[in-house]
Amino acid sequence: MVTIYDGKPGLSRRELLKRGGIGALLVISGSAVISPEHAWGLETSALKPETMATLIQMARDIYPHDQVPDKYYAIAVKGHDEQAGKDSAYKTMIEDGIAELDKKSGDGGYRGLGWEEQRVAVLKQIEATPFFQAIRGGLVVSLYNQKEVWPIFGYEGESFSKGGYIARGFNDIEWL
Amino acid sequence: MATAFDLNNDGVVVIIGSGAGGGTLGNELAQKGVDVVILEAGARHEYEDFINDEWDSFTQLAWKDKRTTSGDWRVAKDFPNLPAWIVKSVGGSTTHWAGASLRFQEHEFKALSTYGKVESATLLDWPITLAEMEPYYAKAEAKMGVTGTNDWPRLPGNNNFKVLKAGADKLGYKECHTGNMAINSVERDDRLSCQQTGFCFQGCKWGAKWSTLYTEIPKGEATGHLEVRPNAMAIKINHDASGKVTGVVYADKDGKLQEQKARIVAVAGNSIESPRLLLNSSSGKFPDGLANSSGQVGKNYMRHTTGSVYAIFDKPVHMYRGTTMAGIIRDEARHDPSRGFVGGYEFETLSLGLPFMAAFLDPGAWGRSFTTALDHYDHMAGLWIVGEDMPRAENRVTLHADMKDEHGMPIAEVHFDDHPNDTAMRNHAYKQASALYAAVGATRTFPTPPYPSTHNLGTNRMSEKAADGVVNKHGQSHDIKNLFVSDGSQFTTGAAENPTLTIVSLAIRQADYIAAQMSAKTI
Ligand SMILES: Cc1cc2nc3c(=O)[nH]c(=O)nc-3n(C[C@H](O)[C@H](O)[C@H](O)COP(=O)(O)OP(=O)(O)OC[C@H]3O[C@@H](n4cnc5c(N)ncnc54)[C@H](O)[C@@H]3O)c2cc1C
Ligand code: SF4
Repeated sequence: MVTIYDGKPGLSRRELLKRGGIGALLVISGSAVISPEHAWGLETSALKPETMATLIQMARDIYPHDQVPDKYYAIAVKGHDEQAGKDSAYKTMIEDGIAELDKKSGDGGYRGLGWEEQRVAVLKQIEATPFFQAIRGGLVVSLYNQKEVWPIFGYEGESFSKGGYIARGFNDIEWL
Repeated sequence: MATAFDLNNDGVVVIIGSGAGGGTLGNELAQKGVDVVILEAGARHEYEDFINDEWDSFTQLAWKDKRTTSGDWRVAKDFPNLPAWIVKSVGGSTTHWAGASLRFQEHEFKALSTYGKVESATLLDWPITLAEMEPYYAKAEAKMGVTGTNDWPRLPGNNNFKVLKAGADKLGYKECHTGNMAINSVERDDRLSCQQTGFCFQGCKWGAKWSTLYTEIPKGEATGHLEVRPNAMAIKINHDASGKVTGVVYADKDGKLQEQKARIVAVAGNSIESPRLLLNSSSGKFPDGLANSSGQVGKNYMRHTTGSVYAIFDKPVHMYRGTTMAGIIRDEARHDPSRGFVGGYEFETLSLGLPFMAAFLDPGAWGRSFTTALDHYDHMAGLWIVGEDMPRAENRVTLHADMKDEHGMPIAEVHFDDHPNDTAMRNHAYKQASALYAAVGATRTFPTPPYPSTHNLGTNRMSEKAADGVVNKHGQSHDIKNLFVSDGSQFTTGAAENPTLTIVSLAIRQADYIAAQMSAKTI
């Protein structure tokens, strides 16, 4: 089971801050990945929490949107933990894939690389692997299919219940 | 309660598939008092059940049974198990479709004589002409409520159309308007007019867009002569010693095999499933499959030369608001070999929601070049290219050598290589469309590769001579008198226009023919 804690229930913001260090982006605590800044945490059950933290960073590097908070990348990759819990071969593929990524990234591992370009250079080396393909292929649906991220991109989603756009700007363009 | 026919009733016409071809044929025959059973592989979802959400709707309606692909088209790499984006549901792909309803041009029925022999293409003239089709086009337009015909106004243009129109004007294109759409622009046929909801591909929850699901099918059912049997997947067509077809074996909702007896069988499963079924119906008498003495079943698979161009502007567009296919430019639809290819193409606006845009803009791409495009999703405009592609014998649907579906039926393998003419046309269209958007101030444009095929054509083609094709000018198989093909697989060539109006017109025409032959007792 993977749990996303969003502020309350689960961990309070104070608690999250207590657990995390000042300035850290993602903090590993027990079996959880915690974002002290933004008061959410993600508990893993099959994958190592470090693996999950790296997956979240990797997800952002694959589909970088600076205006999209980490939380949505975390939600987008949590399915891999669920899948790993059901399928040990899958778990091995993910853990080995992340280990390889860390190895290729030098002493500090993948998350230790400071610049996106450096991390992308490592991703390029593994682009053709089934591991990378599984992460990217899943992500293109699990990231962009979250209704919560749509407003960030200006996509309004479902419109039937609002009567369509016939009276809500289907032809409101003014700059032409 | 709609009529139910007995499995042993051998007086019925059995139609396989309830989409544009099958649904229309079923209603037309029922109106003439002919008893019809439509076997439909998918479930029945009424229009209130449709979902304004791209992936959820895809899960609800799309044909997701496994298929394989090969060939040099990019779909084979990006979507190896999804060569086509079509529907498995009552109403077929007319639930998903956008509604663009265009007549073919006269010369497009005479592709071979007009274009001449094109190397490594299997062009042929249709055995029918535009003049013969015109009365049926008129009937189809009236039935479907096509805007811009019968005094029905065209739809109002949305933001995406306005950008297209501004670009068309700048480039000097003359024929640009909001299209001929099978979408109510006024209330008619007991259905609402378009509410500009913007989820045409997900099934129109207002019922404003024509679909056999809520027009042809209930009208046919109301006569007492039509039964639509959902969750009924046809697997094999049986025949007797004389070679006449006698019934259809199908897997019912529980996966149990049943046989519906038939006086006539009409295949309308769309251009991948129809040849698959004919090939899978091989027997001692017909070792290469039914209606296949020519060897043409499954060959000449066409999918239109397509592609999209999306463009980003410095100001908002909100292209997803309103009709998905909101307008058209027809100037490039002419045949003008000076452009470096034969045949022509149309530009039609298109919009995808954010989830599908992410999946289809540049499949497999990642990194900032890709994501900065999506960052400006609400500043995007877009269009789709649809042009005539060349039929080729090697582009074909075959039965997979070893993979089978849950009923033990070999799955379909779809092979497609782009013809040099297709590539030249697509590149021309990419250039024109990029120039069009640049003319209105686009800061970046994206020549987007073809999606899995929404238009699937040609795999049981119509021909004058039995040696060249599978069916005659009425869609009747050359080999077996009481076996018909009633969908887009009949197309001899693809033309530049979206196919459905022609599929519907052919079905209306075929119904007249079948009813006349039945009364004359020739079948
Ligand atoms: C997203 C999208 C947009 C489109 N937009 C347009 C447009 O704007 N204009 C246009 O002209 N066309 C458009 N099309 C194409 C149009 O939908 C098709 O051309 C048309 O519906 C094809 O009609 P058909 O009868 O050949 O097949 P379909 O309408 O696909 O119907 C075939 C039916 O047969 C059933 N079936 C298949 N095999 C079996 C079997 N063995 N047993 C039982 N049932 C079976 C299927 O489940 C399906 O319901 C669009 C298509 C899509 C997907
Ligand atoms: S835009 Fe019009 S036709 Fe399309 S789904 Fe909405 S109401 Fe139906």
